[in-house]
Amino acid sequence: MEDCLAKKMEITVSEAEKRTGRNAMNIQETYTAYLIETRAVESQSEGQCAPVDSLWRRYSEFELLRNYLSVTYPHIVVPPLPEKRADFVWHKLSADNMDPDFVERRRIGLENFLLRVASHPVLCQDKIFYAFLTQEGGWKEMVNDTGFQLKADSRLKALNATFRVKNPDKRFTELKHYSDELQSVISHLLRVRARVADRLYGVYKVHGNYGRVFSEWSAIEKEMGDGLQSAGHHMDVYAASIDDILEEEEHYADQLKEYLFYAEALRAVCRKHELMQYDLEMAAQDLTSKKQQCEELATGTVRTFSLKGMTSKLFGQETPEQREAKIKVLEEQIQEGEEQLKSKNLEGRDFVKSAWADIERFKEQKNHDLKEALISYAVMQISMCKKGIQVWTNAKECFSKM
Amino acid sequence: DTSLAEVNSFSPSVPISPSSMINQYKFEDGPELRDLFITVDDPESHITAIETFITYRVVTKTTRGEFDSSEYEVRRRYQDFLWLKSKLEEAHPTLIIPPLPEKFIMKGMVERFSDEFIETRRKALHKFLNRIADHPTLTFNEDFKIFLTAQAWELSSHKKQGPGLLSRMGQTVRAVASSVRGAVKNRPEMFTEMSNYMETFSQKINLLDKIAHRIYKEEREYFNEMKEYGPIHTLWSASEEDIADSLKGIASCIDRCCKATEKRMAGLSEHLLPILHEYVLYSEILMGVLKRRDQIQGELDSKVDALANKKTEKDLFSEEIGKLEDKVERANNALKTDWDRWKQNMQWDMRSSFTNVAENNLRYYEECLATWESFLASQSVDLHVEEDSEDRP
Repeated sequence: MEDCLAKKMEITVSEAEKRTGRNAMNIQETYTAYLIETRAVESQSEGQCAPVDSLWRRYSEFELLRNYLSVTYPHIVVPPLPEKRADFVWHKLSADNMDPDFVERRRIGLENFLLRVASHPVLCQDKIFYAFLTQEGGWKEMVNDTGFQLKADSRLKALNATFRVKNPDKRFTELKHYSDELQSVISHLLRVRARVADRLYGVYKVHGNYGRVFSEWSAIEKEMGDGLQSAGHHMDVYAASIDDILEEEEHYADQLKEYLFYAEALRAVCRKHELMQYDLEMAAQDLTSKKQQCEELATGTVRTFSLKGMTSKLFGQETPEQREAKIKVLEEQIQEGEEQLKSKNLEGRDFVKSAWADIERFKEQKNHDLKEALISYAVMQISMCKKGIQVWTNAKECFSKM
Repeated sequence: DTSLAEVNSFSPSVPISPSSMINQYKFEDGPELRDLFITVDDPESHITAIETFITYRVVTKTTRGEFDSSEYEVRRRYQDFLWLKSKLEEAHPTLIIPPLPEKFIMKGMVERFSDEFIETRRKALHKFLNRIADHPTLTFNEDFKIFLTAQAWELSSHKKQGPGLLSRMGQTVRAVASSVRGAVKNRPEMFTEMSNYMETFSQKINLLDKIAHRIYKEEREYFNEMKEYGPIHTLWSASEEDIADSLKGIASCIDRCCKATEKRMAGLSEHLLPILHEYVLYSEILMGVLKRRDQIQGELDSKVDALANKKTEKDLFSEEIGKLEDKVERANNALKTDWDRWKQNMQWDMRSSFTNVAENNLRYYEECLATWESFLASQSVDLHVEEDSEDRP
């Protein structure tokens, strides 16, 4: 298998910049542009560094890229973009898209997205994706020229429609069920985590008040003064330490969020399969009814009630020539239908095969990433505990000297 | 003697005489030198036609000769404690009488007869009696002895003797009024210093009391959220295979940290909060004591002024003035000694309470650290197993 793009090319989203411009309706707007830098990976032994190429893209262009990939590769679990608007915020975090912390986290999320696509065995070979990374001008036109929008529109309509599949694939049904559960449990977790972060922030910050009051109190004490003053300093350190701790935790939340959005991508693949299955069933049904019609015309028996049959009974039968013509048309349609059904069946089998291969790949990636994320969470907690032990050991020493 | 001196880690300026030994030893530390042991427990509700009230059991064990028996058990209600406090204030106007828990105040959501309120009050009443028992002068007060030993009807009849409550209240009101008017002149420097100190101390201790309560509240809210946080991971593990164990591990870590938080909160409410509150009340008491001293001095000053204006009856006046001068000197000395003792106790109490807070936090973080580290160790084991299997061809 060809090496994926990620091995041949270094990709970073290195900067974010606020821009103002005029949008499609000629209204002035402010947006953020992201700098994508790419560099070919040369053999290190030569000691040469390839030059860096760069171009600017905004979030909406990333969205366009992802939509294109979703439509063009319906059997692939396409990596998700970082959230458009800040969600699951706790009180200190801003829900403002222009907030520098949010922009920074989004920059990291966009880089992650590009790396995920670049390391996907199928997606990394896409020309549009390559152009997104390397071709500044005319990229939008290039995407639109593929005509994916038409496919997108009809697919979108179908995806949102409700329909019943008679013989659902059990594996896909289970997978859809799993993606629903994953989505629900991760949202719940993120919501509670945000509340826990809020409360933890409160506990730490209130301790900061000790610092000020100890300092003022120490002014009137002779023996206790030093102990109070230095203990107060440690309380200030304690209160300040929560900011870094919670910022780190925000990255953990982002890792979980990625899989929250991945669940959506997973469900999309299941839905696409459902759609194909439904299509197939409809085509098979249509073929069967046409064959039946043909048989009835040929043998003259009417097995099923039809208005035409009734009217011909009431107003007289058709001429043999008319009947022959009808049969001919139907036979043509039946042949066409059988070919279409054959190709649809093939299409369906291919889809299932490649979709399932990608789903297996995704499952492994998910298990690996989430396990790593959980471990990193434990590491963060350990670091927080160690800092706490240090501060309170110092404080205890000061208190005991009071 | 030297061994006892080592146990008391106070500054060397405190004289090591037998009587001061007794008052230095904290009752929390151990009852080696004491000869009077008091406990307050077993709150009981009493319902009569007129009112509902709570009585507490007061058990006294003693080796003192002045007591007829070595053990007493009586029941007392809050009113009785109030009576005792006012008798002590009357007998020793410039001594620092320990604070009583407040009468019922609509504070927060604590109801008048809720278990929480009763328990807080019981602990404070226990503290109150023990502080009196530890006090070198107050411990030998006659009303204190009666409080500890008399049966209910005996106490009632004893209470009825002596000046009525109203007349005593009248005295106090007049005393306070006169002290406000002009007793600041002739006040020895030392007491002005005390007054300035108490003003700042009172301010700071009130702030600390509020801060500590706020911390308790924030910790409780954090605990409530954590209770919900752990189980979500368990729920998630039900839909996973490979990562189910890791998720369950995280859930159990969070639950353990949750329990550790509960312990931390309990420590705060058992030690720091009652002490800070006691000293909030103490600061009011001390300002009252300083005022009473001023008032006693005021009596002397006004008599001296009156003498300057009188031509006759000089002899009578000088005898009276002599008595008042003695009174002022006794009051000043009593207050000075008691103030030093109070400051020592305060220093000790603050040091031990805040050290206790630090220890609680250390225990909390150490427990959480152990939990997360053992989780991490379990995960690393799994990782090693995976790595080994990858190496095999």
